[in-house]
Amino acid sequence: MTPLTGYLLVAALLFAIGLAGALTRRNAILVLIGIELMLNAANLNFIAFWRYGPHPEALTGMMFAIFSIAVAAAEAAVGLGLVIQIHRHAHTTDLDQMNRMKG
Amino acid sequence: MSIVFFAIAGLSVAGALAAVALKNTVHCALALTVAFAGLALLFLELDAQFAGFAQILVYIGAVAILVVFAILLTRGSETPKDGIYSTKWLLGLVTASGIFAVLAWAVLHSTWALPGPEGAPTAAPAVTVMDIGNALMGRYVLPLEIVALLLTSALIGAVIVAMHEKESAQ
Amino acid sequence: MIEKADQIFVLLGHWLVSFLPVWLQPAAMVLLGVLAIIVTFPALFAITVLLERKGLGRMQNRYGPNRVGPFGIFQPVADGIKSLTKEDIVPTSADGVVHFLAPVFLVVVVFMGYAVLPMGRNMTLVSMDAGLLFFFAIGASTELSVFMAGWSSRNKYSLLGAMRAVAQMISYEVPLLLSSLTIVMMTGSLSLGKIVEAQNQYTWGLPHWYIFTPWGFAGFLLYAVATTAESNRSPFDLPEGESELVAGYFTEYSGFKFALFFLGEYVGMMSISGLGTTLFLGGWSAPLQILGWVPSWCWFFGKVMMSMCVFIWMRGTLPRLRQDQLMNFAWKFVLPLTLVNLMVAATWRFLGAGWERWVICSAILILVYTLMGRSGMRRGHIGPRSYRYAE
Repeated sequence: MTPLTGYLLVAALLFAIGLAGALTRRNAILVLIGIELMLNAANLNFIAFWRYGPHPEALTGMMFAIFSIAVAAAEAAVGLGLVIQIHRHAHTTDLDQMNRMKG
Repeated sequence: MSIVFFAIAGLSVAGALAAVALKNTVHCALALTVAFAGLALLFLELDAQFAGFAQILVYIGAVAILVVFAILLTRGSETPKDGIYSTKWLLGLVTASGIFAVLAWAVLHSTWALPGPEGAPTAAPAVTVMDIGNALMGRYVLPLEIVALLLTSALIGAVIVAMHEKESAQ
Repeated sequence: MIEKADQIFVLLGHWLVSFLPVWLQPAAMVLLGVLAIIVTFPALFAITVLLERKGLGRMQNRYGPNRVGPFGIFQPVADGIKSLTKEDIVPTSADGVVHFLAPVFLVVVVFMGYAVLPMGRNMTLVSMDAGLLFFFAIGASTELSVFMAGWSSRNKYSLLGAMRAVAQMISYEVPLLLSSLTIVMMTGSLSLGKIVEAQNQYTWGLPHWYIFTPWGFAGFLLYAVATTAESNRSPFDLPEGESELVAGYFTEYSGFKFALFFLGEYVGMMSISGLGTTLFLGGWSAPLQILGWVPSWCWFFGKVMMSMCVFIWMRGTLPRLRQDQLMNFAWKFVLPLTLVNLMVAATWRFLGAGWERWVICSAILILVYTLMGRSGMRRGHIGPRSYRYAE
């Protein structure tokens, strides 16, 4: 097993864990946590491919990871703002109870 | 494949598992920071110093704190009476494990496409912060501007979304 | 001889390491550096605490501690023994693991910041290319420990204190980063060693410190405000405001864990003063060229201890702010000023050498400061405290 394969497997495992969290948990915040984990796993792939790829001096994978970190910060801020707003409105963060379009 | 790699990878996977499986939501958030820290260490292990520190600064310093604030503001730390898992948890678990199986199979069976042990660069690529800055201001200047715009709009959007209630209540 | 005195710690380290086999030497050198940091800064912490208690006493017209040893100089030893022998009480409803981890995490994180600080010529533990980023990344993690302490105590005062502390630290982290960015713009490097080297030059025997430029001076003042808030010191010590929150997030800590929090707070203050010294006050460089013979580490530690004295002086002088005043001040006054300061630094860079840039940059800064101060005061966002007494 080469180092790259190891990193890719770890990233796949983290992605699967994040997906499982996002799909199985009730709490909206926990779903967001799962999504953050999935994003991070993708970042790990980018960095690993950058490091072991043929052209590390082009910085493509690294740049993608940096931009994705910035985007993830924006996503977390807006997502959690929405969760707080929903909690104010519906007094719950349980996704199973948020099944009505009408407030 | 060194002991360091296995230790860090184990740490991040354990943190991620705890983050999605623990009962108390605040514990989940704290476990999430362990996973983030493990990932930052993996970045450092991959000689991506700048990305590793940015990961710590943004994820542990900002996202984890945001998550924690959201949990406390929504009383999420109280464990709900009807379980922490959704009614369709089995379906989700099967989907996730299926996706992991496919990904792992793909990774393990495509070693011919990946650079092998002899093809992999052993020396760390000499990338300084200066190079990253030049790349950001040169080749990647348009994405940088777009990210700046996105962050600004996200900032304003998050503030508007979170303070909307006050206006309608009056 | 001068060279020897300057490099005494480096030479001492090399001499000690030379007894070991060659392959062990680099690791042993790092270990020795870590050990030196772990010993030096708690010792400075003890001195600072004594200085603070004595100094505050004098400012409040009393003696301060004067019982243990001559003039009370062994007071820190007595304090240490007391906190070590005290019973460690954990509330029954507390979250045991998190409650235990919070102070440990704080102390570890706070000590990690010193790894990149240049404490003298060739006296950086790890000279990193992204040193400043590392420092801020590590500094941002302390918020988590504060939250862990407050939440795990299951005490409403602790939780309120932690929420206040985290909100305050996040708010003031933005101006902290932005005011340091001017330095990065000017030096063109995130490496702290290079930042000090850039300031270690002299014209007519006077140093090129960044504080002696208009944008550097403004940046230093903004940095000082932000660091005071970041380390929860008076006048921004709301998170531990005794009159309302007992002791804030470490109300439920006693004995050794309390001592760890105390240590973490002061060592954190010293590390952030060290960073301020490095960024604005020339780090280990001498204030006058003719003083170049004094060992470089003397200047670094002297400057850090001077900043600690300013911290103590402010604590003795200024009253505590209110939460809304604190937040308004951060977002409506300090943050816009740091942004303007970034612009001014860029202007300075592109105006080139000459006297015009001094006039233009100072004029912009003074104008913006006056206008924003005036308008903020008129609208009541910031300004002098108004006292409302209980009727």
